[in-house]
Amino acid sequence: MFRLTRDPIDFHALTDSVRDPHCGAVVLFLGTVRDLTGEQVTVFLDYEAYGPMAEKKLAEIEADVRRRWPVGEVAMVHRLGRLDVGDVSVAVAVSTPHRGEAFEAVRFAIDTLKELVPIWKKENAPDGTGEWVHQSAPASRERQRPENS
Amino acid sequence: MTIRVKLFAAMRDLTGDEVVEVEVPDGATVGELRRALGAQIPLARSLLVRSGVAVNHDLVENDHALSAGDEVAVIPPVSGG
Repeated sequence: MFRLTRDPIDFHALTDSVRDPHCGAVVLFLGTVRDLTGEQVTVFLDYEAYGPMAEKKLAEIEADVRRRWPVGEVAMVHRLGRLDVGDVSVAVAVSTPHRGEAFEAVRFAIDTLKELVPIWKKENAPDGTGEWVHQSAPASRERQRPENS
Repeated sequence: MTIRVKLFAAMRDLTGDEVVEVEVPDGATVGELRRALGAQIPLARSLLVRSGVAVNHDLVENDHALSAGDEVAVIPPVSGG
């Protein structure tokens, strides 16, 4: 299951939705809006997506996860629109028979989502200016500027 | 043929439009579309070279041939999550 939404993400319900009698493990990842990126203070973020392509890529990620791990259920939700500091921007939940697979599958799903799904965030500073985040090399940015998720 | 190109995030803000129409020869490649787009919107050039181009919701290489009716979008480096 995957969804783009402008509403707050109910991650308790999302976690419950992946529980499965055949699965002894559920792992949930939440990405939340951080107040600092390096020295830069963020007051709020705007997220936008290229909806039809984002949904196609999310479907491909879900299919990949199901191919690679013995998944009971997988759920991915990304929020769009204005998000304040502390809000949940993305949630990924996976159930598998054993915990190792669930951790691996969630890690793969969120990493691949961040790499491939056409969603963009704009960081809005206290002085009223905003800047779209368009780093070319997510992998190296991850090391220089720890991400929120 | 006229290709309608969808723009997002900073690419849209630089251009001021969510969709731009670009005139290219029939059967033009994505590389040719990039050149036409860069000529039409000089401000967007530096971000354009760092962006992908999606045709019908998949990223494609510059040698991909376009058809009239394709859904085409410029995909600047993504930052979801």
